[in-house]
Formats: sequence, C-alpha cells, structure tokens
Amino acid sequence: MTLFNILFFAIAALIVASSGIAITRRNLVHAVIYLIFGFFGSAFLFYLFGSPFLAALMVIVYAGAIMILFLFIIMMLRVESPEESLFPPRQILPAVLFAAAYVVIGGLLLVNDPSAAAPLAEARTEPAAFGRYIFTNSWLAVEITSLLLLVAIIGALLVGKRPVKEGEE
Amino acid sequence: MGIPFGYVLALAGIVVLLGMICATARRNLIMILLGVEVMLNGAAIAFIGASLRWQHLEGQAFVLFIIAIAAAEVSLGLALIVYLYHRTGSLDPQDYKALK
Repeated sequence: MTLFNILFFAIAALIVASSGIAITRRNLVHAVIYLIFGFFGSAFLFYLFGSPFLAALMVIVYAGAIMILFLFIIMMLRVESPEESLFPPRQILPAVLFAAAYVVIGGLLLVNDPSAAAPLAEARTEPAAFGRYIFTNSWLAVEITSLLLLVAIIGALLVGKRPVKEGEE
Repeated sequence: MGIPFGYVLALAGIVVLLGMICATARRNLIMILLGVEVMLNGAAIAFIGASLRWQHLEGQAFVLFIIAIAAAEVSLGLALIVYLYHRTGSLDPQDYKALK
C-alpha cells in the first residue's frame, strides 16, 4: 500500500461521498456546496494522475465558475424547498432499474476486461507540453470549442435578456 | 506499485451513476442540471485515467473540451431555467404543460 494508493482511495471516497450527499439534499444551496467538495476531489484526482494544469482548470472553471453560477441562480430565483417527496416513487423506480442494469453490465465488463487489471504508472504532464500538444494536434477542436463558447454566450444573453410579458407573477 | 486501471473506471462509473440517478429521479430542473454536471465529471475522471493508462495526452485534451462544453452547457441551461421560471413560476418539470 503505497502513498499513491492511499491517496487514490481517500480521494475516491471523498468524491463518491460528497456527490452522493449532494444528490440527496432537499436544500439546493447545500447540494451545490457538497458538489463543490466533489469537484475539488476531482481536481485532487487529476493532480494525482499527473495533470496539474487540468486540476487548476477544474478548480477555476468547475468549482469556481460553474458552481457559483448555480448558487447565483438559486439565490436569484428564491426557490423554496419542495414539500413533496424527494424521490417520487414513479420516478425512482425506473431510475433504480436502469441503475441496477448499468451496475451489472459495467461490473461484468470491468471483471472481464484484461486491460483493466494493468497497474497505472505514475506520470506527470507539464502544462507547456500539454499546451504544445493541444495546439499542434487538436487546434481545430480548440477553434470549434471557442466558437461554441461564443454561441453559448450569445444564446444566454438572448434568452436571459428577453422581456417577460405574460406569466409574470 | 500503482492501482489497477479498473478501479479508476469503477470510480468513474459510480460517479456517472450518481449523476444519472440525480438527473432522472429528482423533480427540480436545477438538480437535473446538477446531475448532468456530475455525469460530465465522471466522464472526465475516466478520460484522465485512460490518459495515464496508455501514457497518451489525447485523454487530457478531451478533458479540456469536456470542461469547456460543461461551461457552455451550464450557462445556456441556467439561462433557459431562469426564462422558464419567469414564464411559469415553477421549476418542476411536471408543471410545464402549456401544450396540453
């Protein structure tokens, strides 16, 4: 049991526990805060797996920007805690059925996959090497992604700025 | 010395499963969007593990695009949720029956 293994299991437990707590919270603010812990755990995992740049990006974009956007919207909409059951049985039943099928099939795949038993070697990617790789091998995807972000900005502005005429309380 | 690659895949699978349950079983649009975020996070974990397994940078490049797409999706999705809330005054998907 090396330090790498101990860290991996600790981080995996952190991610699964905080995600599991987050999806069962009735209060949306609590759910988002727990999920921020989960994304921090993912950032630790990325760092452990040798990509410090993506770990930083995970903290800045996921935990920093996306979750704060969720918090802003939740506080702006004044969403009250719903009084009905958290997981209505008409919805949880198919979800549990599909989850059971997913677990069985995924477990079988993992057990029978010969490449799944290969131990991971430790490696580290320098951000400069990563940037060079991205801009030489997948520069077109970078351009497409930037265009996608521009479209998302314009779309969000258009949807958010539209004056509300009817249905306003 | 390292952990088996299957453990990483199992962790990613559990995270995707949690997100899937959240996205299908909750009755709040914001929680559904949060579930989609959790699923994207699980996919990113799988890609990072595969990148380390085969010692190739393609997986990390994919995670970069996953993060960018998650940001685009969440900004547009939250704008739509705000619009829907102003239109109908509710975040419950079962209340949207204007076409009935």
